Amino acid sequence: MATLAMTTLDPQSRAARRGWSDLTIRNAFIIPTIVFLIVFNIFPLLYSLGYSFTDFRASTNAPANFVGLANYRALLNDPFIWSNFAITAKYVIVSVTGQVVVGFGVAMLLNRTIPFKGLITTLLLLPMMLSMAVVGLFWKLLYDPSFGIINYALGLGRFEWLSDPDMALYAVAITDIWMWSPFVMLLSLAGLSAVPKHLYEAAAIDRAGTFYTFFRITLPLVAPILMIAIIFRTMEAFKTFDLAFILTSQPSAELISIRLYKMAFQEWQTGMSSALAYIMLIMVVGITNIYVKYLNKVKER
Amino acid sequence: MTHIELRGVQKWFGSVQVIKDMNLEIAGNEFIVMLGQSGCGKTTTLRAVAGLETIDEGDILIDGKPVQHLKASDRDIAMVFQSFSLYPHMTVYENVAFPLRATGMSRADIDTSVREVARVLRITDLLDRKPSALSGGDMQRVAIGRALVRKPKAMLMDEPIGALDAKLREQMRAEIKRLHMKQGSTTIYVTHDQVEAMSLADRIVIMHEGVLQQVGTPDEVYARPQSLFVAQFVGSPVMNVSEATLKDEGGAVRVHYDPGDAGFEFPRELLGKLNGHGAGGLSLGIRPEGVLVSREPQAGYVPVEAHIIEPLGSHDIVDLKVGEGMLRARTPAGFVPRPGEVVHARIDPAQAHFFDTGSGKSLGIRL
Repeated sequence: MATLAMTTLDPQSRAARRGWSDLTIRNAFIIPTIVFLIVFNIFPLLYSLGYSFTDFRASTNAPANFVGLANYRALLNDPFIWSNFAITAKYVIVSVTGQVVVGFGVAMLLNRTIPFKGLITTLLLLPMMLSMAVVGLFWKLLYDPSFGIINYALGLGRFEWLSDPDMALYAVAITDIWMWSPFVMLLSLAGLSAVPKHLYEAAAIDRAGTFYTFFRITLPLVAPILMIAIIFRTMEAFKTFDLAFILTSQPSAELISIRLYKMAFQEWQTGMSSALAYIMLIMVVGITNIYVKYLNKVKER
Repeated sequence: MTHIELRGVQKWFGSVQVIKDMNLEIAGNEFIVMLGQSGCGKTTTLRAVAGLETIDEGDILIDGKPVQHLKASDRDIAMVFQSFSLYPHMTVYENVAFPLRATGMSRADIDTSVREVARVLRITDLLDRKPSALSGGDMQRVAIGRALVRKPKAMLMDEPIGALDAKLREQMRAEIKRLHMKQGSTTIYVTHDQVEAMSLADRIVIMHEGVLQQVGTPDEVYARPQSLFVAQFVGSPVMNVSEATLKDEGGAVRVHYDPGDAGFEFPRELLGKLNGHGAGGLSLGIRPEGVLVSREPQAGYVPVEAHIIEPLGSHDIVDLKVGEGMLRARTPAGFVPRPGEVVHARIDPAQAHFFDTGSGKSLGIRL
């Protein structure tokens, strides 16, 4: 048991002379953390759950009336909310797929002996270390129709990446892919280098071609760690807010989190937005659970 | 019936030469064992034949065709690895079927082949299991099955049973022999265990520091070692080898194992056969069973003191103190009752080996 393993305070120590006990010191570390968690995480979580059953508006002094499940019913029957969800789903699929393809591909390229491998890997990780808002701001410049370098490089003239209703969402996804592919790359690289070399030798002896080896040996063995990368990226992509908010205001690129923000802080529908936040929470937990189930199945071998 | 040939193969790892001018011919259906200490280049040679390692010079021919520039997958050779190298995410069935699926064989044919091999190797009950749920012996059976299933031109085995415990090793050894007799494909088997080599091989190839030392049947390498290295590497317990000096004593020759000892008697014809050879010093090698021990004094026997007795059940290995050195003899169990006993020993001239100490080469003298 953990308590038995805990060593007692040395009676000669400074802490002991001040009259502190093991328990005092332990509490001094744990209690602030727990208080912080309760005040800033658990309390708002429960409080907003309460709000989600009311018609409360934070902008007025009017008392909150209990409305039961009316908010949830209204949201789930609202075709605009569903269109936001559809946009988000499209965004998640495009963005995560792109990150996995690019990240895994770069990892495959790096998984060999090349000069300056460490330096190249570190440089490739840089986008991931930037702030979302900063990335959003300078990609907005890159995408700029009149002086943006992307139009210049691709020779697209004055193509409006961020104002084009069909393109805006993809433009945000491209930025997200640029920023987060290194994360998938890093995890894939760890997975790839963990595949024993002798399995590739055995496959070569067994006359397996390059593609057969990739799909039957490499991919299945990297799958568990790749799965973890996908779980993380899906959760993050589902909640994307800052990047999309800074880059575009196109309704066709209005992700569910942007809708939520507008509902809560522009329309001040506090009760309604709390309900929407809960719907999102349940969805993210649900999707993650599906992945985790699959991950456990993959890991069984 | 695949014929493999190595011609003047050289291989360097950086500045270290790991294979030095290797020439070897392997006949169809032959079971060749490459024997040597770790780091002697035997595994590198095997991997070069498999195509997992490139060679710097020379030719490797399979059925007369040079293959040194072909990829492993184009050589149609199967290999069993020391680490088994089973695909951890596949069942036993999928592992065995892998080489067939990789070449796009039809589903029905694959099933027939896999079940046939599983029956031969007695792994039918394990087909649905994952490798992680298998014992070492079973893993090795599966690895052999994966190699056998496609009926390859040749089988290469890299210390396939080295990772198993002693009892299982003996069992698998017999099984590999049984399989080879049944399937009969050209096999190259690498090991550092001379018992394995002796019991399995049609011919043994002994390597040392990248140089091929001797090629021959187990009997040949045991009875006629061409060098001190082979003499001491093959056989357990190890052959007694010591520098020796000759003294002509009219009716016979005395070979002194050590300046201080009484010397062992040899027939006079030894002098003629030696004929001034052994200029770099003479070494006498005698296997423990060539040391004859008697408890009563006999003509030609020298009194010696038993020092250490290792009882092995079927026989004993007795260390006899000869001058400053030790001579190991093989005696019937319990023949020498206790250490410290004085017994009488002589060397059987017919089983003695003479070597040039300087070059380490055998002088080829048989008495």
